[in-house]
Amino acid sequence: MSAITPAQSTKSPFQKLRSATGSRRVLIHTALIGVAIVMLYPLLWMLSSSLKPDTEIFTQPGLIPSSLRPENYSEGWSGSGNSFSLYITNSLIVTIGAVIGNVISCSLAAYAFARFEFRGKKIWFGLMLGTLMLPTQAVLIPQYTIFYNLTWINTFLPLIVPKFLAVDAFFIFLMVQFIRSIPRELDQAAMMDGANPFQIYWKIILPLMKPALITTTIFTFIWTYDDFLHQLVYLQQNDKFTVPLGLTLFLDQTSGSSYGAMFAMSTLALLPTLICFLIFQKRLVEGLATSGMKG
Amino acid sequence: MTTAKTDEVVKEQAAPATPSDQRERDRMRRRLARRRGGGWWPYAFLAPWFVGLFGLTIYPMLDSLYLSFTNFDLLTPAQWVGMDNYSKMFADDPVFWDSVHATLLYVVVSVPLKLALALGVAMLLNRDLRGIGLYRAAFYLPSLLGGAVAIAIVWRQVFGGDGLFNDFLAWFGIKGQDWISSPDTALYTLILLAVWQFGTPMVIFLAGLKQLPKDVFEAAAIDGATPVTRFFRITLPLLTPIVFFNVVLQIIDAFKTFTPAFVISNGSGGPLNSTMLYSLYLYKKGFTDLEMGYASALAWVLFLVIAGFTAVNFIASRYWVHYDD
Repeated sequence: MSAITPAQSTKSPFQKLRSATGSRRVLIHTALIGVAIVMLYPLLWMLSSSLKPDTEIFTQPGLIPSSLRPENYSEGWSGSGNSFSLYITNSLIVTIGAVIGNVISCSLAAYAFARFEFRGKKIWFGLMLGTLMLPTQAVLIPQYTIFYNLTWINTFLPLIVPKFLAVDAFFIFLMVQFIRSIPRELDQAAMMDGANPFQIYWKIILPLMKPALITTTIFTFIWTYDDFLHQLVYLQQNDKFTVPLGLTLFLDQTSGSSYGAMFAMSTLALLPTLICFLIFQKRLVEGLATSGMKG
Repeated sequence: MTTAKTDEVVKEQAAPATPSDQRERDRMRRRLARRRGGGWWPYAFLAPWFVGLFGLTIYPMLDSLYLSFTNFDLLTPAQWVGMDNYSKMFADDPVFWDSVHATLLYVVVSVPLKLALALGVAMLLNRDLRGIGLYRAAFYLPSLLGGAVAIAIVWRQVFGGDGLFNDFLAWFGIKGQDWISSPDTALYTLILLAVWQFGTPMVIFLAGLKQLPKDVFEAAAIDGATPVTRFFRITLPLLTPIVFFNVVLQIIDAFKTFTPAFVISNGSGGPLNSTMLYSLYLYKKGFTDLEMGYASALAWVLFLVIAGFTAVNFIASRYWVHYDD
């Protein structure tokens, strides 16, 4: 469960001191359970509200609905105008495109930074790290004018193409750190066998860096799926809307009438992220903990 | 495909070195050295990144700088207006100052609270407890979901007039109010949302705590140092590089906050501009009002402020961050 916890076969006196006091343990567990309840309660409340009749959502504070109303889901799904299935399809196109783009372009760049010496490498690497700290808002308007001139507005291209150009420096950095941990002897052996750098990248580095690629895939998926600002800016017509944009339609329309449907679709909207989280929980947490540390 | 060549190499190594073998090996060594440099290869691997760097970062930054001195509405060519945008911003735009006020308050309150909570919980989790993985997962989940519109929608309802938070207060006999539509409290609901998402720095703190040398704590405990002393005299100083890393990251993150402010105020930044975070104002100016020149000026100010904060952080870090080496 917890891979970060070091194996403790032999306990030092201090550790014995720490683990001996049973009442403190109870206290700590109580505190942690308390925090966990506060952390998860809003999510449970959303889930329960999604199944309640509208009249009950704000009048009956408990988590258990007195009567279930699954119709919230079907009503929310058909929405107004476009069905939610369209938004989900659009979101899938955008996220899958972004994932493929990030995995390819970031791994190529990371391989170059991790394995080659070339003129100005330090400067380029520094620039790459600099873009990590650059707020997207700072380039949003000129990027918009570029895509506007390319007549890409209201298409998925402004959301996908940049990912093929390795704009998410975070993942380059993560992959550079990972490639550095792969023994160079493997590259050299392949080189002796006459492999060119691309073959080394393709046949040796890429298969070995699968953990880093999986971390990149999960985070790109979740962050792109949830990225509201860029979708709001670039997608203008309802038929191109993604899930987050589809959800905001409920905000405009919900004048006290369909809260249940809104909560139902909010719950559904979180589902892909939740599933990702449940499957990859350990990897997500570790990917995060290590990426920042090794620098 | 490469078996024939491999055989050759093996044969060469097995045979006694002759002058021609020696030459062959030298050639191989030179080839290896060249490969390390790689000739044009690294540039080929970096090509997509170069296009992105110049086309989507450096050129846009310069373009944005130019646009910030113009009036530009996207549809007609930009008109040069000199410093007008900047002087209007600082001297003649109360909403700009509202957004600066809201953003600074948001950053200054939410970042320390979030980091304190993250460190506190990480300390609690830093022991061999049963179910530690479950706790970690539960505490990290809100951070992962945090950027989603759905969460912001839930938050809006939780702190609304008849929302969950007021039900909670009612248990204690406190009469609530509509926290979202009161200009005094709306921003604090956003701050609470940010603090609720303490999972990311928590995980990083936890990884840092795991790496602290155990023997120092043992020695201190045997010498009779209290847990509080141990925390302030040992844990915190040893952890400063990670505190620093988290501070830098969280400040940049806080400055960029957009989604919850947009959703909670329905895109208006209200009530009375109290939730007009800077990113939201930038968006409104650029994409609702189509004042793209003005929005570019806003973007440059944001960029300079974040760069300034980060620089100050790095300079100040010399005085409080301790590195081993």
